[in-house]
Parts: sequence; C-alpha cells; structure tokens
Amino acid sequence: MGLLSLPFFLDMYWQRVLCAAGIYGLLALGFDFLAEFVGLVCLGGAFFIGAGGYISGLLNAYLGLSPLVCIPIATVAGAVISTLVLVPALRLRGIYFAIVSFMFPLFAVYIIVALSAFGGTEGISALDNLPNQWVEVYLILAAVLVSLFLLRRLVDEDMGLILRAIKDNDQAVKASGISITTYKIRAVFIAALIGCFGGAYLTHLYGWLGISLFGMDFSILPIAATVMGGMGTLAGGVLGALLLTPLSEALRGFGQLRVVLYCFILLLFIVYKPEGFLSYFQRKYHQFELWEEV
Amino acid sequence: MKAEVILEVNSISKTFGGVHAVSDVSFALGKGEVLGIIGPNGSGKTTLVNLITGFVQPDSGKVIFKASDITGMPSHKIANLGLTRTFQVMRPYYSLPAFKNLIIPLNSPRVKKTRSGRLGDIDAVAIDILEEIGFERDARVPYKPAGSLPLGYLKRLELARCLALSPEVIICDEIFSGLSMSEIAGLLPLLEKLQMQGVTLVMIEHRLRELFRLADRVIVMNFGQKIADGIPEDVMEDEEVKKAYLGRERKK
Repeated sequence: MGLLSLPFFLDMYWQRVLCAAGIYGLLALGFDFLAEFVGLVCLGGAFFIGAGGYISGLLNAYLGLSPLVCIPIATVAGAVISTLVLVPALRLRGIYFAIVSFMFPLFAVYIIVALSAFGGTEGISALDNLPNQWVEVYLILAAVLVSLFLLRRLVDEDMGLILRAIKDNDQAVKASGISITTYKIRAVFIAALIGCFGGAYLTHLYGWLGISLFGMDFSILPIAATVMGGMGTLAGGVLGALLLTPLSEALRGFGQLRVVLYCFILLLFIVYKPEGFLSYFQRKYHQFELWEEV
Repeated sequence: MKAEVILEVNSISKTFGGVHAVSDVSFALGKGEVLGIIGPNGSGKTTLVNLITGFVQPDSGKVIFKASDITGMPSHKIANLGLTRTFQVMRPYYSLPAFKNLIIPLNSPRVKKTRSGRLGDIDAVAIDILEEIGFERDARVPYKPAGSLPLGYLKRLELARCLALSPEVIICDEIFSGLSMSEIAGLLPLLEKLQMQGVTLVMIEHRLRELFRLADRVIVMNFGQKIADGIPEDVMEDEEVKKAYLGRERKK
C-alpha cells in the first residue's frame, strides 16, 4: 500500500528510478521462479528485455502503433521468440544452461551491430511515450504486483508442483509419464512473458531503443536483487530490486564499475546472509509475534 | 505359464565406451507374471531396465510392449502406455509433502484419460493411494515432507508413484535393498496384492529368498548377458549361475 502512494511523494527523477526498479523487479521474479522452482538458472534476462523492447519499439517506429498496443503484442511475441531460442538449451542443466542463456543477449547484440539492423549501434529514438507519468508508474507497479501474486499462486498449483518436482528429480517425473520438456517450455514462456513486458515497457518509458537493451545490467542486477531478497521467496527479488536500483542510480557516476558493485553485493550476501533479508525479516517478525503472546 | 505376452525384449544391446553393459538380451514377459532378474553387481540389470523404459537408448535390438514397438520412445511416453519403473536410488521430491509426490503422476495424460471426466479432489486421490500402499492416514505420515521419511516409506512412496499411473507393468529396481527384514515383510503382501490385481511385475533383486517367494520365473544376468532363464529352483541349480555367484565350483 505504501508502495502505491509512493509516486505522489517522488519527483520526476525518482519516479523514473521507481519504474526502473519495477523492471528489475520483474526480471528478478522471472529469475527466481526459473531458478528456485524449475531448476533453470537463467542468466539471459537481458534477452527478454531486448526481445520485448525491440519488438515493441519497431512496431511503434515502423507501423506507428500506439504503445498501449505495442506493449501487449511485444510481450507475447517476445516471449515466443525467447522461448524458441532457449528450447534447444533446455536439455542442459545447472551451470551449462546458465552459460548458454548468458550467451544469447551477446549474440543478439553482435547480430544487430554486424547487420546494422534496427538502427544498428545508434538504435532508434523518438519513440512514443506512454500517455502520462501516472500511467507509467502505475502500469509497472501493477505489473509487478500482479506477476508476483500470480507466480505465488502458480507455484502451489499442480503445475508448480510438477515444476518443483522436475527440479528435485527429473528422472522420476519422466517415469511418472510427464514430459519434462513441455513443462520447462511453459515455465520459460511464463518468465519470458514477464521479462518481455518489462522490455517493451522500458522502450516506451525512455522513448528509445538500442543495443543497451541487451546490456549485462539486465542479466546481473536481478540476480543480485534476488540473492539479496532471498532465493525462492519471489517477493524477495522485488524488494531487492527496489533497494538496489536506487543505489545503482545514486552511483551512476561510476559507469560500468557498477556491475562490479552488484557482484560485490552478491558476494557479501552469499557469504554472510545466504537466505536473504526477506526470510531474516520474516523470522524476526514471527519472533516478535510470539513475544506479544507471551 | 503360457499367458499373453505383454512385453518382449529382442536381442537388445548397449555399450558404454568399450564396455558391453548389455549384450544381446532377449526375453518375453507374460501378462500377470512376476519375473525376477538377478545377477552380480555390474551385470547390467539396471541398464536393462533403463533400456526398456526409454531412459537409455539401445544400440541395437527392439522392445515391444503390447504388440507395439517402443524402442527409442521417450520415457514419459512409455510411462503413459502403462510401463513404469521404480528407481534404485531413492530420490523423492524432497521439498514436497509425501502425498503431493503423487500429484505429479496424477497429472499425466494417462491418468487424466483413464479417470474420465473430473478427477474429483486430486489430493484425496493421492492420499487414498498412499493408504492403500500402507501409509497410516491418521499418523500424518502422508503430510510430512518426503525428505524426512524413513527408507521403508520412501520405497512405498516410490511404488505409490508408479501405482498412481495405474500401470500394467511395473519394473521394481531393487525395491528390497537397504530394508530390514520386518520392512520387507511389510512390503511383500503389497506386491502379492498387486500381482493378484493383474499387474505384471519385473523385480530386479539381490535378496533372493524374498524374491523367490514372489517370482514365477527368474532371469540371471552376468557381464551383460543372460545366462539362465527358468523357474527359480532350476535356475539355482544351473552350473553357470553358481559360477557367476560363487566365482568357482565348490569343492566337494
């Protein structure tokens, strides 16, 4: 609730930061879902952003469609493309899947640069923005909350159980007559939908598209956010993104060194607080509740 | 026993590198039969199971289930045809409560089709199956995380996972191993009941005494080859089998 009233107190600049935090929050949700509930460590968050962003931006630039039409189309189309790209990698597990998924955004950048396609290295600017700043802010907040709510529901449904079972023991899932590839594809599609929405939204937020949509930030920061917030909590990643993004903005002056900072934060949390701060707060909260009773 | 043949393995072979894990093994399995497969460690028993159930693709040979060729089919499709297996190394879905483990097979196409229309409460179905297989409903055992269950229950859970598919053939890969005599004594009636219900069982075992109580027929494997096939009493008199198990002939 506090989050929903936040935009009123923020000036233009920090509203933008909140929007960016929302995008990272979406990516963190997708990452956490795939890593903790399906067992696919996907480092290709930037590919989702790029695919969604480019499709939405190009539809807007060449066909003149309104952003409110472009975003849904790009979300679905981007998710389909991302899923198709990742399908051959799905038979890989653990670190191998992570490496291959990390490769795709780089791949996309080189293709765009080499072919000078879609504006090449310069990108395309002067795309249409969203109608007004309130739509901007609340659209992303709503997207984060809805995704969070739906994902939390999903992991307790039968489909979520099957996905968790695949993570625990995929052999037994096969022996139970269930195609693990089909379910992995569905899971990747869901994560890609969330990520591509973020990308499409981002393009129209800045009214610009370019190869930095495939940048490493989108792959690394969500992971740092998830580890900070707590793996497997879903909400933790969103909170982590809300904390990390302003921090990252405040340190904008350091440029690319920020990636080093993410890695450093990641390391600190892995060493000192591997369960993340959300579960820490939850425990404290429960302790507090018990105290009251006593 | 001359029954209708449900599963037929035709000169199946598999090599890993230079090792002949299974070479040229053939046998036929009658409907309702209990077949034991025994042999020393590393004789290719588990590989044979993997070959039949599609977890490993054979180099040559054929597997025929209910008159259709299932060689090279993905394992989940084979499971959906009604041929399923337990695993030697118990790895349940640790993070889920025991009964939730059965939600996975209950969501397979096979179950959705056979239990026509609505399943009703899928959790209740899962708990019914667990009760049938010997989980005490009241003792809250079905609700405990699968990772915290003792081995005896895990073996039952593994069997229950197969049963949830209402299969025609179950291949049990060393289901007795690691269990105490009393736990085995609890498991035997369950397997006998399955046999009565017309489920065809293939039992890979080291525990011969328990196996021979159930098995109609026994196949002995050694170095990837089938060295004997027949009723238990005859097989154990076979010279080659004695050699495989004891190394050399006993001095008189």
